[in-house]
Amino acid sequence: MATLTDTPTTAAAATRRPRRRGRLAPWVYLSPALVLFALFLALPILYSVYLSFRTVKVSGLGLGKGARTEVWAGFDNYARALSDPDFLASVARVGLYGLVLVPTMLGLALLFALLLDARRTRAKGFSRVSIFLPYAVPAVIASLLWGFLYLPRVSPFFYVFDRLGWDAPELLSSQWVLFAIANIGLWGGVGFNMIVIYTSLKAIPTELYEAARLDGCSEVAIAWRIKIPVVMPSLILTFLFSMIATLQVFAEPMTLRPLTNTISTTWSPLMKVYRDAFTRDDIYSAAATSVVIALATFVLSFGFLRLVQRRAFSQENA
Amino acid sequence: MRLHSGIRAAVALTATALLATACSSGGTSSEGETGSTGSGGKVELSFWTWAPGMEEVVAAWNAAHPDVQVTVNKQDGGDPAVTKLLTAIKAGSGAPDLMQTEYQKIPTLVSADALADIKGDLPGDVQSHFADGTWQAVTLGSDAVYGVPQDSGPMEFYYRADLFEKYGLEVPTTWAQYAEVAAELREKDPKAYLGTFSATDAGWFTGLAQQAGASWWGIDGDAWTVDIDSAATQKVAQYWGDLVEKGVIDNKPMYTPEWNAALNDGTQIGWVSAIWAPGVLAGNAADTAGKWKMAPLPQWEEGGQATGNWGGSATSVTSQSKHPKEAAEFIAWMNSSQEGVNILAQEGGLYPADIPGQAEALSEPPAFFPEQDDFYTIAAQIAQTVQPFTYGPNVNVAYSAYNDEFGKAAEAKKASAFTAAVTAMQTATVDDLKNSGFTVKD
Repeated sequence: MATLTDTPTTAAAATRRPRRRGRLAPWVYLSPALVLFALFLALPILYSVYLSFRTVKVSGLGLGKGARTEVWAGFDNYARALSDPDFLASVARVGLYGLVLVPTMLGLALLFALLLDARRTRAKGFSRVSIFLPYAVPAVIASLLWGFLYLPRVSPFFYVFDRLGWDAPELLSSQWVLFAIANIGLWGGVGFNMIVIYTSLKAIPTELYEAARLDGCSEVAIAWRIKIPVVMPSLILTFLFSMIATLQVFAEPMTLRPLTNTISTTWSPLMKVYRDAFTRDDIYSAAATSVVIALATFVLSFGFLRLVQRRAFSQENA
Repeated sequence: MRLHSGIRAAVALTATALLATACSSGGTSSEGETGSTGSGGKVELSFWTWAPGMEEVVAAWNAAHPDVQVTVNKQDGGDPAVTKLLTAIKAGSGAPDLMQTEYQKIPTLVSADALADIKGDLPGDVQSHFADGTWQAVTLGSDAVYGVPQDSGPMEFYYRADLFEKYGLEVPTTWAQYAEVAAELREKDPKAYLGTFSATDAGWFTGLAQQAGASWWGIDGDAWTVDIDSAATQKVAQYWGDLVEKGVIDNKPMYTPEWNAALNDGTQIGWVSAIWAPGVLAGNAADTAGKWKMAPLPQWEEGGQATGNWGGSATSVTSQSKHPKEAAEFIAWMNSSQEGVNILAQEGGLYPADIPGQAEALSEPPAFFPEQDDFYTIAAQIAQTVQPFTYGPNVNVAYSAYNDEFGKAAEAKKASAFTAAVTAMQTATVDDLKNSGFTVKD
């Protein structure tokens, strides 16, 4: 790969002063992307920010024409979002969810990647595909599948447990529901993260391993001292993705909600946004909460990157 | 390298698709656009609905009225359709001419100026076709008329006649008896339940509160009143909370795969439901055909005759329609002519709100209840006992508060949590009204 990317830049372009037409060319090439970006990303974001500062004021009974007017709200929507106990509870819940999910998911992904990369592992192709496959199942379908497995009366697991005379925990009861949802995320997420880590393992030159073996290194020691440090950037990347996915958890709790009493309409921050916009018809509060979530994601992601950048990517810059 | 070209192909495809949507987005908006007068003065009306049988009823109308052609546009259901309509109203275009409106959503839609007053375009005798309580839902007690009722959902008690006989149970006529029967059943079969308290069905609880005499919203002069936390609602919450706390009924939501299985295998042997229950049972408990019977809802007082309403819709004309007159004519024909009502009942399986048309339209018992010949005779008597109830402009807020608060209470299995949930609903609903600027009388 390295030889391919290093193809020399064309000497002609570097030496000749670009003419006027040449200066325009990059913009022409960029324009489809820029237009699409502006229309489908930048504009909607700006519109959401605008909406988050607006609100509807009703007068009197609010019936008939002209009873509703849209007015500026200042930071009211933000103040209400940030002081809403439901919202704060959902943030705390999702924080706990992330604490459960992310380390487990990345730990398993790393373990599977190392196992697949180990010399003596057989049936690598099959194992890789079967670990990766759940990632291809849409979250809604996965949640429906797991939902059936969690409900005692329709679950084959509970049937077996019942026959054996064991007491199975009710996974959708209040003390287990967080783990039940994290499990769906885990099931779907391990495969993707494993592939990312595995790919970067494959990029390690085999000379390193040979040298280590000559020095009497065991497979475990190779994994610990060579493989893990080398794939650290991938681990950081997958951690970042997982963190963002955690903040945005929505499909799983939303799909499981009708099956149980324990998932509220504001279980996760995005569910609150959905409820405000589509059940309460209050797109203004929903926009404000969305902006808060987006900013938090932004700050957390870049804060984390800054924190680990120097350590993780130092070899590349050296 | 193989992977590389694959990705490139995918990117190219995505880009093309994006461009295609970008280019076509200007042209595909006709889906919701209000009707236009086509060539030769032909009026075209669009109709957003999710009720079964609407294609059939529209086809019959279109065949007889070549000048006024209606197109059905199937919607996903009540909540998403309302959001879509409100967005179109806000945008100033894109709303249909005709809209299916659930009774509890009408105040919200009127408050957003989404519905047209069609009083002047309806035949004068339409009102006489409907029960007073039903008609009030489309007028909100004002002089305006915001739609014509289509179907209604008076509540009844459904039970497995075969299992009642097997366990030697009496059909309860009062709620006190219902509690006794529920406990008796648990003794005879510890796995079976007489019913469940569903924290995911706000409309169900609303109907039960309505039966007990509650009316959660009201208009007092120029102000709204909110009376969710009333003695009547508290009584209902306390009652169901007690049953759940004692464990004599289940606390799991309705409409789950688990609940379907329980109805089908005789673990749930009763269902407090509404007139449309036979259709639901046929779908999710297919093995039990012919084994169910319907009885009036248990009463709070011996010999009482009251019930609530769970479900049902009207059909309305939107404020963006350019042909409100033709639209109103179509609605009046569909929902209050014998021909229209027959199709609603027979093709759609709806329980028509139109009283004069019921007898002819509903001469046979539902296919799932072949044993109960007098099904619709009993139903007609029950339908007349629906208690008055006023919905407010933020039913959605009260209902989502119901989901959250009663979800917690049902999980806690404490009667005190049930009554606290009613108070929390009241607070959430009043706070929301005040926040939006509605005048609320305390």
